[in-house]
Amino acid sequence: MSLNELWFVLVAVLFVGFFFLEGFDFGVGMSTGILAKNDTERRVLINSIGPFWDANEVWLITAGGAMFAAFPNWYATLFSGFYTPLVLLLLALIGRGVAFEFRGKVETPSWKKTWDVVIFIGSLLPPLLLGVVFADLIKGLPIGQDMEMRASFFGDIVNIYSVVGGITVVMLCLVHGLMFTTLRTIGDLQERARKMGKLLLIPLAALLVVFEIMTYFMTDVFEAHGGLMAITVVVIVVALVLAYIFMSKQRDGWAFGMTGAVIALTITSVFIGLFPNVMISSIDTAFNLTITNAASGHYSLKVMTIVAISLLPFVLGYQIWSYFVFHKRVHEKEHLEY
Amino acid sequence: MDIVTLSRFQFAATTIFHFFFVPISIGLALLIAILETMYVVKGKEEYKQMAKFWGKLFLINFAVGVVTGILQEFQFGMNWSAYSRFVGDVFGAPLAVEALLAFFLESTFIGIWIFGWDRLSKKVHMICIWLVAIGTIMSAFWILAANSFMQRPVGFEINNGRAEMNDFLALITNGQLLLEFPHTILGAFMTGAFLITGISAYKLLKKKDVQFFKKSFTVAIIVALVSSIAVALVGHQQAQYLVKTQPMKMAATEALWETSSDPAPWTVTAFIDTKNQTNSGEFQIPYLLSFLSYSKFSGEVIGMKELQAQYEEKYGPGNYIPPVRTTFWSFRIMVAAGSLMILLSMYGVYLAARKKLENNNKWFMRIMLFSISLPLIANTSGWVMTEFGRQPWTVFGLMTTADGVSPSVTSGQVLFSIIAFTTIYAILAAVLVFLFIRVIKKGPYAVDNEHDESSDPFDKEGYHHVS
Repeated sequence: MSLNELWFVLVAVLFVGFFFLEGFDFGVGMSTGILAKNDTERRVLINSIGPFWDANEVWLITAGGAMFAAFPNWYATLFSGFYTPLVLLLLALIGRGVAFEFRGKVETPSWKKTWDVVIFIGSLLPPLLLGVVFADLIKGLPIGQDMEMRASFFGDIVNIYSVVGGITVVMLCLVHGLMFTTLRTIGDLQERARKMGKLLLIPLAALLVVFEIMTYFMTDVFEAHGGLMAITVVVIVVALVLAYIFMSKQRDGWAFGMTGAVIALTITSVFIGLFPNVMISSIDTAFNLTITNAASGHYSLKVMTIVAISLLPFVLGYQIWSYFVFHKRVHEKEHLEY
Repeated sequence: MDIVTLSRFQFAATTIFHFFFVPISIGLALLIAILETMYVVKGKEEYKQMAKFWGKLFLINFAVGVVTGILQEFQFGMNWSAYSRFVGDVFGAPLAVEALLAFFLESTFIGIWIFGWDRLSKKVHMICIWLVAIGTIMSAFWILAANSFMQRPVGFEINNGRAEMNDFLALITNGQLLLEFPHTILGAFMTGAFLITGISAYKLLKKKDVQFFKKSFTVAIIVALVSSIAVALVGHQQAQYLVKTQPMKMAATEALWETSSDPAPWTVTAFIDTKNQTNSGEFQIPYLLSFLSYSKFSGEVIGMKELQAQYEEKYGPGNYIPPVRTTFWSFRIMVAAGSLMILLSMYGVYLAARKKLENNNKWFMRIMLFSISLPLIANTSGWVMTEFGRQPWTVFGLMTTADGVSPSVTSGQVLFSIIAFTTIYAILAAVLVFLFIRVIKKGPYAVDNEHDESSDPFDKEGYHHVS
């Protein structure tokens, strides 16, 4: 494997990790609006992701940093080309981040209500926008010879395909978040989370099917990577069926694992579809950004590889430890920090 | 307005705003780590309460610092795509390392620290806050490594029309970085320390929880004194380095149009006429600029006109003089604020050593309260000088700021994002100040909120909250 390929895989891993981890806390954030019945339940939900959400978000920041370092042209084209959606994404992430911290600081209903709205929108918009961006990536974008992407907001960025992609990612995060809730709460809230997760699994499966069919007809990823894509789709279907069975049998841990697998595989399929391109030009395939022409030089990639390989084990180690520290379920009778 | 001006405005505004909170986080993390260590070592409950109380302010501040930081990483690509393409090979690496090494560390352990008071042993919990503190410091190192490359590019070669890294070690041992990093970090320690002394002074004025705030004041004022003196010493080294590496920035900071006499006097104040490139009404101290530049009382400093001629010859036609008034005055504001902080912390340490903090030092305590703003002023003006003084370059000698802007982004889009970000930042600032005041007024022994009270008699927390 060349260093360019390795870094393509690493960027993919960082995004998969981000969607797997932050996916459930986006889902829990959305659940505060649709699952929780009262303030106490909302607090339990927020506290269930309290120790984790910040570190989960760092996966996105690291993915961005890795893109910048390993594929500066990918980073430059994507971030400037998707200017407006990213502004909205930032506003959502900014609001959501402070809302967790601010919400519990004042005990008036209007104060809490305000931050509840921010948490809900701030958890809904990012997966929607990122879903749109990822769908556009495999569909292709007007990228010129100068590597600059000059895309119209409606049409190039927001179109029927990308919107279906966005809604699918939102639904993925929501179901995944509900499964996380079944693991971190008890009693009535836990049961309702399980029930709602099971109920939403059907529309999620429908969305995924529609999205894959559209992908088949509207993009060339199945042509380019037919075998691998087909396997991925089959495994996604199996994981969805297993998720349904585990939910029915109240095997929450396994069900969470399956929804996580669906998220991870869906995001992986985007990167499989792209390879060896990183961005596809709808103007001329000669203008595609690839893992070669978008990449940093060999020296830089070598340095970054050494740094990443020596640091990642520690990062994974202490992140896993943090989940171990807070393995106990959140109980409303306990001290709730948020 | 044109896209370059708008993009620069957005970058400056969001970065300055972000950098109000970052030094507070770095400084408070260190001080809380010190306080919690005293709790573990001395075993006194009081220090735990201190770590917790200052921790509340820290967390509110940290949240704002984190969310405004995401924007920082995004906007290189969003607004400066040509810049990102040109330097990404070199500049991207420290950013990626910052995320991997520092952001993961601080975000994971801050979560464990907040929620782990009852789940971890005292020592492990203390280690968590130290890891957060180390994370914030390492974060500063890596982002400043990237910034130092813009001030003084090293460890690269120009290949395929862009800067490509060829020496990583050179990048992280950049002379610029070895001075810029301690200067910034010490400034951050001061910022945290002056926040604690200022709030403690207010509480001492009000005669509330006197013991608690006397101790907090004492710990913080020592940190304030040490770091405010050290920051000035490093600053002096920086000035000497600046003369060598970015003489134009130095000349602009001193409003030095013509090359100085030998020995060079230091201009304290002046009316600067940038149009005719001359000053009037200068008030000068003899020998001082020579001393600032070379640590001796002789030596001339080259002026802007001469440098402009040199640069035109080297880089082609253009205006290489940065905004003189801005750099001149921001430097003086920084130095004035810094000097004032040295004096204040000296007097504060004197009072604490003589056990006179409880006496009626009304005026001093009032000044300390308002001095919370001094490090913020010094931090901001220091960075304004550094970054304005680098203009017209974005990477000194390699790329101008105007050439770095995203060609595919329109003025309308940037205007929209400026309005969006400044609005949300104004709200953040207002809420943060509101919550700070609330926490401070409630004091260290206040009950958080009614839900917090556990009726479980085995819950240790319950007792402390009502004590």
